Amino acid sequence: MFKNRVATALVALSAVTALTACGAKTADTAGSAPAGGGAAVDTSGPTVKVGLLNSLSGTMAISEVTVRDAIQLAVEEINTAGGVLGKQLTAVSEDGASDWPTFAEKAQKLISQDKVAAVFGCWTSSSRKAVKPVFEKNKALLFYPVQYEGLEQSPYIFYTGATTNQQIVPALDYLKSTGKTSVYLVGSDYVFPRTANKIIKAYAAANGMKVLGEDYAPLGSTEFSTIVNKVKASGASAVFNTLNGDSNVAFFKEYKSAGLTAESMPVVSVSIAEEEVKSIGTQYLAGQLTAWNYYQTTEGAANERFVKAYKAKYGADKPTSDPMEAAYTSVYLWKAMAEKAGSFDIEKVKAAANAGGITYEAPEGLVTVDGATQHVFKTARIGKIGSDGLIEEVWNSGEPVKPDPYLKSYSWATGLS
Amino acid sequence: MIAGVGAAALTPYPRRGLPVSVIVSQLFTGVSIGAVLLLIALGLALTFGQMNVINMAHGEFIMAGAYTVYVLQQSISSAGASLLIALPVSFAVTGLMGVILEVLLIRRLYARPLDTLLVTWGVSLILQQAARDIFGAPNVQTSAPSFLTGSVQITDDIVIASSRLFILGLALAAVAALMIVLKTTSLGRRIRAVVQNRDLAAVSGLATGRVDRLTFFIGSGLAGIAGVALTLIGPIGPAMGTNIIVNAFLVVVVGGIGQLKGTVIVAFVLGILQSMVEYATTVSVASVIVFVAIVAFLQWRPQGLFTLRTRSLA
Repeated sequence: MFKNRVATALVALSAVTALTACGAKTADTAGSAPAGGGAAVDTSGPTVKVGLLNSLSGTMAISEVTVRDAIQLAVEEINTAGGVLGKQLTAVSEDGASDWPTFAEKAQKLISQDKVAAVFGCWTSSSRKAVKPVFEKNKALLFYPVQYEGLEQSPYIFYTGATTNQQIVPALDYLKSTGKTSVYLVGSDYVFPRTANKIIKAYAAANGMKVLGEDYAPLGSTEFSTIVNKVKASGASAVFNTLNGDSNVAFFKEYKSAGLTAESMPVVSVSIAEEEVKSIGTQYLAGQLTAWNYYQTTEGAANERFVKAYKAKYGADKPTSDPMEAAYTSVYLWKAMAEKAGSFDIEKVKAAANAGGITYEAPEGLVTVDGATQHVFKTARIGKIGSDGLIEEVWNSGEPVKPDPYLKSYSWATGLS
Repeated sequence: MIAGVGAAALTPYPRRGLPVSVIVSQLFTGVSIGAVLLLIALGLALTFGQMNVINMAHGEFIMAGAYTVYVLQQSISSAGASLLIALPVSFAVTGLMGVILEVLLIRRLYARPLDTLLVTWGVSLILQQAARDIFGAPNVQTSAPSFLTGSVQITDDIVIASSRLFILGLALAAVAALMIVLKTTSLGRRIRAVVQNRDLAAVSGLATGRVDRLTFFIGSGLAGIAGVALTLIGPIGPAMGTNIIVNAFLVVVVGGIGQLKGTVIVAFVLGILQSMVEYATTVSVASVIVFVAIVAFLQWRPQGLFTLRTRSLA
């Protein structure tokens, strides 16, 4: 009798888990892309809609909510300044819920139901990979504002965050230049960390750097004691961290508890910006390194204006970060493209961008869209986390680096794609 | 082009012989994972194990315990004081939630275990959404008191995190307290009587309804204690309960339903197994191996490690 009951309970448990996974789905397949040309954009009224697609709940919300806020700030600023092509923008925000199929469904909804002119959002590469076919099938535009693993190019996606040669490769160059001869790789278990680590290993092999170990934790995992023990036992001179979301909280708590410090074994993180520093806690992070293209402390009039406007809208204690800046910049880049095209029509906007010459004086400095790859030129910056929670730049590439998503200009990267 | 990325892409790195310090560190890691498993399963061992109520909202009680720490920390600035105050407060808060659930729903469904499962699952969804509405969808963090952020240096190579020691102590204290209550107090005798034979207990004049409520209070309260412990390890979020509940049920089922002793042993065995296999392989492989081991074990002993036939409860 007990056997039966236990079996029933277990079967029921797995059924429940499966149901929960489907719980957030909305059945929305209505509407389809018009044959030929881009997706239909609703320009009939006095306003035109833009889509915001971010995780407002779940493990990625810690990061993605701020990106949504930055996009909204840009939309408001543009509206105050008169809109785009004489039309005010209406932001339609959808919650991807840190769940990749949900991202795809919400993207479809924004395209076919709201008929948006462009969508801004996604953070994890898994969510981008999930929506990529949706945007390609419907011929709609996505602006993806987060650093990622490269090796991708889609005619319907503009990548406004860093690709690997603007973030990971400069970070490795920096480690090499400061005498770090071995690294341990720790990441979340999905596309970005695994691909990034593949690139890191190729770089290491060509540059005499040793990779002493490689570990992945499921996204959202909070149990890092074993991984930290392995890192510690390896004796690596640095850790390259590609963990995403609030797994970082558990990892850095454990790291400190194990007696490891920024002096004895520095951690370079590529997914921890000012917002995450605040929620992880500076006592765990002070002295550790990050690799980005923008920090709140980046100098320049455009950044001063951006930081001031953001704090005025969301509160003086809210920091600005690289993905937020890239998302904010994305909206202005799209505006520049639409204005150059003189139309909201997606193919025309794309053609205007691909012809080159789309620039914007962004908080991170002058940003230029590379028409051939639909990525942007960005300055690489290595920063050190301070005890005040802000990140101070310790090195930069001096000039915007040309995006090279397939690392074609690096001989060691030939076998990667 | 990324499809080929998998565990096979791992670079082989030199495997030195395992030094003793690593084995000791991993052993302790396993014990501390076990302590967490024990804490989250202990309350369930009482409500599921002893009362046979499948309470899917148990994970959300743990979440409520964790949020209690968060709320207290908003009003009490000292992290140490708020954590210590949170222990009894969380116990009371989640215990009361358990009693309310028992009185309003579960009591009406004692003869229908599958309905209980569905109803409590519904309750867990409601509680998750409530947490989302009250505290916001993003996860929150609490700051650990300074005496728990450091570590204890055993030797040059072996360092044990103070927070893990605290959780281990908390788990052992909770087990000891529960065993003492069950074995020596009149409440414990009444609980055991109702579990062993509800009808006989009733005709002997025991108010079985009241005993049920008290059992549920203690079981749910223990979930609150587990929630307090979890704030020391990771973030607090509306969905944290769903990640926990399956592990908690596994520990209770493998330990043997109605067997506190089994729950304790299985929690530590699974913890050590997980940490050792994980050190040698990866997180995902370790989870698979642990699950396979559990399935194989249940094939061999479907009744769990210990059976109720012995009539012993602790």
